[in-house]
This record gives sequence, structure tokens and C-alpha cells, in this order.
Amino acid sequence: MRVMRACRLISPAAAAVFMAIGLLTLAPAMAQSPSGTNPTEQAVSEQQLREELNKIQGRITIPDHKAATLEQPQGRDYRGFREGALPWIGAIAILGMLLLLAVFYYIRGPVRMIARETNIKLLRFNVLERLVHWMTATAFIILAVTGLNFIFGKRLLMPLIGPEAFSTWSQWAKFAHDFVSWAFMLGILIMLVMWIWDNLPDRYDAEWIKAGGGLFDTSDTTHPPADRFNAGQKMIFWSVMIGGALLSISGIFLLFPFEFADVTGMQWAQYVHAIVGILMIAVIIAHIYIGTLGMEGAYEAMGSGTVDLNWAKQHHSVWVEKQAEAGSLPKSAATPAE
Amino acid sequence: MARMKFLCDADRCIECNACVTACKNEHDVPWGINRRRVVTINDGKPGERSVSMACMHCTDAPCAAVCPVDCFYTTADGVVLHSKDLCIGCGYCFYACPFGAPQYPRVANFGSRGKMDKCTFCSGGPEADSTEAEYAKYGANRLAEGKLPLCAEMCSTKSLLAGDGEIIAAIYKERVTQRGYGSGAWGWKTAYREDVSI
Repeated sequence: MRVMRACRLISPAAAAVFMAIGLLTLAPAMAQSPSGTNPTEQAVSEQQLREELNKIQGRITIPDHKAATLEQPQGRDYRGFREGALPWIGAIAILGMLLLLAVFYYIRGPVRMIARETNIKLLRFNVLERLVHWMTATAFIILAVTGLNFIFGKRLLMPLIGPEAFSTWSQWAKFAHDFVSWAFMLGILIMLVMWIWDNLPDRYDAEWIKAGGGLFDTSDTTHPPADRFNAGQKMIFWSVMIGGALLSISGIFLLFPFEFADVTGMQWAQYVHAIVGILMIAVIIAHIYIGTLGMEGAYEAMGSGTVDLNWAKQHHSVWVEKQAEAGSLPKSAATPAE
Repeated sequence: MARMKFLCDADRCIECNACVTACKNEHDVPWGINRRRVVTINDGKPGERSVSMACMHCTDAPCAAVCPVDCFYTTADGVVLHSKDLCIGCGYCFYACPFGAPQYPRVANFGSRGKMDKCTFCSGGPEADSTEAEYAKYGANRLAEGKLPLCAEMCSTKSLLAGDGEIIAAIYKERVTQRGYGSGAWGWKTAYREDVSI
């Protein structure tokens, strides 16, 4: 019993002695910091991370994987593009094209048809072709107006109708943009299948381009030969196909946010979508001009689907010859009407 | 008037996520929306740091600049708020925000995200202060009651500071001089174009 009691007394005393020694030896280290080292020596620093990477990313405990990006200062670049460069690109491209066409129309006037009409009509675009063209055209105009609303709406329309009405309009414009886009994408796909063969480069293109398509000849007598589509029309076709594909792909990225890309990818989808969209609007303005005001007899082709024989001979001589060879011209057109 | 700011002292954050929980509870935030989150950098490696992040209420806020319907406004306290009545859910603010603050009720639902939601610095929205309508859309308005944001108020290690920028910067500076180290005011350079100089 006595031994036991002594042990009980000795052990706390021994422990106290040990602890005191321990504290004394550790004392110099504790003066620096509790763990003896500077905790920030190895710590990640924000400045270093920002200099090394454009984004600071880490681990997150919530399912939203986007939230793992702590900082993306590049958001300021996106803002710089959207609020700085983009409205200027848009205004210059669209107003520039309108001004260019106005000057062209004022100086040169429309491309007139010299030969008189024959009353013989050639089928140029069948019902399916016209349907697809006008479906895509209607969709594009809706997309263009609602798309431009995202850039210029708050600058031009909102001061006129007030924030509440503008918000309501923009909400519907957004829905229209999201849903009409599918009609546009379908139209682009069908047009590609329908018209790609007639839009492959051929031997008449070089000459057509060299002659400027006769666009700059005010006597309207320059008509380089062309098959179903001339080089100018092929340029429209391919810019619509390439532009349409870029708009569709970037648009799908935007329609399904963060499904296919992270925040950097989403910003890039916006850059592509906005710039290509603006350029397409400028191209289509020129297309509308030459299809209506700019050339006599051009609208008919896509309006009623038929064109006058002499118009076709002027603008698409090779195409008319091929039609005649195939025997698909109307009977009275087999012999020249003149 | 004060210029309200957040400051997360990353050397104190223990990633307990209580700020996240407190925020969700205080404002009755729907599932999937995180007005505040804690991100851990260099997880499991030496020098690991956790940072609690929400809307930083930037000076010259990028979200406000890119908004196509101009639904953002800055209060006299420097808090960046927005109107859910005007918001059309286009998502541009998320692309512009350096801190990933804007949240949407439906993220990948065919682009129809619903109205954007984000940290309000516990100060509601454009509706009249402390009304039911304000609470339903933006959550509690603690600032109107003279209280600071709950996330910082209940932070167990006092890592997260919220309040007037000058005051919280002074608290942080004092801490850093006293303990002899500090990894800086995360996000301040990006949000306010200034750092806490020590």
C-alpha cells in the first residue's frame, strides 16, 4: 500500500519536471510562432496564382463544379469586349454596310435588264427551295433583331420605352432567340444539302470575279457567263454556311450553359457568336439589297420561283444552256424569242 | 456613408462552411443556389488555404456593365444589388463576374435559367426595406436593422470580415502586424483595384 501511494505521488511530480524541461527547450521556437515556422512560407498567395494562371481554382464541397473557380479576373476582359469593342464592331459593320450600299445605289443604280421580257418563265427555285429559304430568312431576321437587342437595346430602345417595358420585351426576345434558333439551324442544314453541288467552284468563277460580275458596268452589258449560281452567289452561300455553322455551334454552347464548356469556353462562345452574328447581319443586308433594290428581276427568282428567259440568259447563261440540253425549258423557249 | 466590403483572412479560415449554411438559412435560399461558398486551394498539400467567397460588391462592377437590361444598381453603402423584376436570366453577369457570384435557379435548362440570385450583403433589393415581398425575392435585410451580414457575424474563427472597407482593412492590418504573416485580402485587387497594404 505504501509503495503504491509513493508511486502515485512520484509520477505527477516526474511528469511536471519533464514538462518544465520540455517547455524550456521549446521556448525559443515558441517566440516565433506556435508551430515554430512561418505559416505563410509555403502558403499559396493570390498574387502568385494570378500571375501564373488566369483563373484561381480549388476544391469545393458542393455539387456545382463551376463554384470551384475562386477567381477569374478575365471576366473583366469579357466585360471590356461586350461593353467596349462589340458595340463599335456592330455599329461600324452594320451602318458601314448600309452606307456603302446607299452610296453604291446612288452612284450606280440598280442592275437593269437590257433585253425585253419574253413572257417565257423558267423555274429557278422549286417550292422546297423557296420554303427553306424563307424559313431560314424569317428565322434569321428574328434572330438578328433579338440578338442586336442584347447589344444596342439598352442604349437605343430602353431610354424610349422605360426599363420595365424594355425588360418584358427583352425577356420575350430572349425566348424567341432561343427557340427560333432551331428553325435557323435546320434551314442551314437543308440549304447545305440542297445547294452545295451548285455552289462548288467552277471554271466560270475566275472570269466572273475578274469582271466584278458586271456590277460596276453602268451600261449593264457586262455579263460574265455563269452556271446556276455565279461566283458572287457562291460567296453568299459559303459565308452563310460557314457563318451559320459557327453561329450554330457557339449558339448550342450558349443554349446549354456549362454543358460543354467552363466559364472561359462560355466567354469564347460569346465572342464568336457576337462577332460572327454581326458580320452575318452585314452580309445578309448586302444579300437583301442585291435580291431586291439592287437588281431588276432578282426578287422574282425567290418570290415566285420563276425567272424570265432573257433574265436567265443575261445572268446565268451556262445554266440556261444546260437546261436546254436537258430539255427542261418550256417548249416555246426552245427557239429564241427575239 | 460606409463603403461595404468583404475580407476573408485565409490564414484563419478552417473551411467549416458555417458561413455558407448561415447564408442559406438566413435568406431561405433555394436548393442549388449558393450565394456564398468556400473554395480550398492546394487541397491536401503544404500551404493549403481556404477562402470564403461571395459577391465582392465590386467598384465599377462588371456584372452591372454587361447586363443587357441594366437591372443592377449600387447603394449608398457601395453594395451592388439588382432587380429580379427586370432580370431576364441571360447569364451574362456570370461570364463577367470575376468571383462566380451570380446564381440561377435552373442552370442547364435550355438557357431558361430563371431570375439571377446573388449575395445582397444582407441588404435585400429594390423593394421597401424588410417587407415580405423583399424577403421572398432577396432574403433578409439585416443592414436595414443595423446588423452586418450574418456569414461574417457568426464566423467561428473571425476569418470572414464584413463591414466598412476601411475598418475591416484596419482590423486585418493589425492582425497581420501582430502575428507577423498574412496571405493578403483575397480578391481585393480584382474587385476594388486596391490591396491592403501592410
